[in-house]
Amino acid sequence: MDHFPTSWGRQRNDAYDAYNTYPLHQRPNPGHDAFADSVQHTQQPIVTGTSVLAIVYKDGIMMAADTLASYGSLARFKSIQRLHSVGTSTVIGASGDMSDFQYLQSILDELIISEFTEGDKHELGPEEIHEYLSRVMYGRRSKMNPLWNSLLVGGKKDGKRFLAYVDLLGTTYTASTLATGYGAYIALPLLRTAVEGRENDLTEEEARKILEESMRVLYYRDARSLDKYQIAIVNDEGVTISEPQKLVTSWGFAEGIRGYGAQTQ
Amino acid sequence: MQTVDMQQLKSGEVNLGTSIMAVQFKDGVVVGADSRTTTGSYIANRVTDKLTHVHDRIYCCRSGSAADTQAIADMVHYHLQIHAQQSGGRPTVLTAANVFQKLCYENKDALSAGIIVAGWDKETGPSVYNIPLGGGLFRQPWAIGGSGSTYVYGYCDATYQDGWGRDETINFVKNTLALAMSRDGSSGGVIRMCVITEDGVERLFVPGNELPKFWEGEEVLSKSSNRTREFTDDMAIEV
Amino acid sequence: MTSIGTGYDLSASTYSPDGRIFQVEYANKAVENSGTAIGLRVKDGIVLAVEKLIHSKLLVPDSNRRIQTIDRSVGMASSGLLADGRQIANRARDESYSYRDVYKESPPLKELVQRMGLYVQAYTLYSSVRPFGCSTILGAIDKSGPVLYIIEPSGVAYGYHGAAVGKGRQLAKTELEKLKLSELTTREAVFEAARIIHLVHDDAKEKEFELEMSWIGAETNGLHLPVPKDLLEEADKKARDALEDYDE
Repeated sequence: MDHFPTSWGRQRNDAYDAYNTYPLHQRPNPGHDAFADSVQHTQQPIVTGTSVLAIVYKDGIMMAADTLASYGSLARFKSIQRLHSVGTSTVIGASGDMSDFQYLQSILDELIISEFTEGDKHELGPEEIHEYLSRVMYGRRSKMNPLWNSLLVGGKKDGKRFLAYVDLLGTTYTASTLATGYGAYIALPLLRTAVEGRENDLTEEEARKILEESMRVLYYRDARSLDKYQIAIVNDEGVTISEPQKLVTSWGFAEGIRGYGAQTQ
Repeated sequence: MQTVDMQQLKSGEVNLGTSIMAVQFKDGVVVGADSRTTTGSYIANRVTDKLTHVHDRIYCCRSGSAADTQAIADMVHYHLQIHAQQSGGRPTVLTAANVFQKLCYENKDALSAGIIVAGWDKETGPSVYNIPLGGGLFRQPWAIGGSGSTYVYGYCDATYQDGWGRDETINFVKNTLALAMSRDGSSGGVIRMCVITEDGVERLFVPGNELPKFWEGEEVLSKSSNRTREFTDDMAIEV
Repeated sequence: MTSIGTGYDLSASTYSPDGRIFQVEYANKAVENSGTAIGLRVKDGIVLAVEKLIHSKLLVPDSNRRIQTIDRSVGMASSGLLADGRQIANRARDESYSYRDVYKESPPLKELVQRMGLYVQAYTLYSSVRPFGCSTILGAIDKSGPVLYIIEPSGVAYGYHGAAVGKGRQLAKTELEKLKLSELTTREAVFEAARIIHLVHDDAKEKEFELEMSWIGAETNGLHLPVPKDLLEEADKKARDALEDYDE
């Protein structure tokens, strides 16, 4: 079996496999992945999740991610959760390698336990979780062994909303609309138009609508996405992660399309 | 200093280019695998047993490097024996899967292992866990793995249904593996299966010359073939 | 203590001629002189309670807690040397972590107690160390339901329905035996625990004490948490009133 999804779905390499007859499992690894070479030498993402979207709204923050974990171009696990609550006022959403995300979940769980056993009634909020994650991510990239994720961290604690980004390099930034992966190209402009300047007015209903519409556009244009997604909300009541829901999509307009230019029948 | 070229070594390794599978049903799980082990295109072993015992009611299906997956299975077997001794009971399938996951994740740079863990325990009854290449852990009602699996995702999606009994599940596993083996050059030989329930583990065997048969007609029609004509003739008669 | 001065009590690595390890027995004395700690294993949870003797009016109320948290649903009350109790708690947290590290789930309390038993016992083997001067009550809700153990300075650990260590343990045990522990709810057990701690406290000999209580149950979502202030005060007051009636 070809264990390297990076060599899947690629154009044929005519040098050794002119007609793509080479058995999949025996195909040589791509000789050179210049991108991987220049950044790291130890790994690559294997089972991956695509974009995560998040926005700030009146009562808190809202985050969305689909439920797919891909294996190269194979839609391998279609009902996994990429939104995860940490403590009682934070939610994180992950794109990138799912095994690294599961690892992050377990170290965050350990962090929450050790904070709980202190018994001092202090709880870690979204800002602390984000800072902690950024140190973990930067620390690992400095060992040339990054955790292959882009993460959004959001939450609300003591009446204060928080939303920020952190990735495999340890890069961080914050904004009232954020998106990872493909979403940063496709959904972010939509989110900015809909949200910026209205952060304190948007209702939960409106926020939900904005995210749903963005998820739909992503589903139309991201080949590693799924029409099943979840929404996480953090408000004064705490963290709620919805059950998976289906996107309503439209394709009917395509019925009358003929050819690719002058053709009419 | 002379160094070992790991890539060179790995490329000569014995691989379980494989078709493996596990499916849960009401009273237990069925795990199954083909029996082919290859080095490149040479079949190093045509009667391999890829269903590996790790505890009384927990088995794993191994795919990837034979050396890696055997080493991992041995280590998990060791951990589970310790666990059983200390806790005074059988470990859960989740516990076994967690130990597999830890080893696969922490050594992902060095390993080539895709493992399915399945079995029965008192806490959850039957369960199946998939641990693909990077070392993630995913619970599934049914799991397929190895090179052959890529050819049969569609068949599984179209065929599997919740609520099956033992015999239906066995048939599903047998048919899926036979289809995978017929399309994947790195899979083949015999089908081995285990039915794991509360009461015990039952081994099943399908010899290579008695595999389920599917459509075996001509895929490529020669110029002289008269199939199309026959077909239209039949139509004409019916009308 | 007829054996004092015979020289066999100077080291934990030396037996007396009749097969005793005096250092371990002295460690038990440290426990016997300390405020009482009790644990109740009831129908749907665990309650821990401690009679924390206040040796100075200058101490900040609520400080130097003798009930600690080991894991989400594991609590620990210690009696004896407070600092030794903290050492044991830290070790228990580490053991909990290391079990989780391998099996990705929290240890059953039985397993944790076994490991802690080994740890405490190791301090009874060498001349270079002193045994722990504290008895530990560990309570939890795990896969098997509510569970309760005591680890003694010798390293032995037993499971209990009701546990008592420290000064007033004898009276406390008598009181615990009178209760139908397996029929009580956790909330009811809070009141019983408060009553017992007040009952065993010897007003004549001892100074002030602070009632410290924690619980694990459905009302805490399975977490080990301090008993809420209002409930603690209610139980405290009820126990005081009952005691006054009893005295009259």
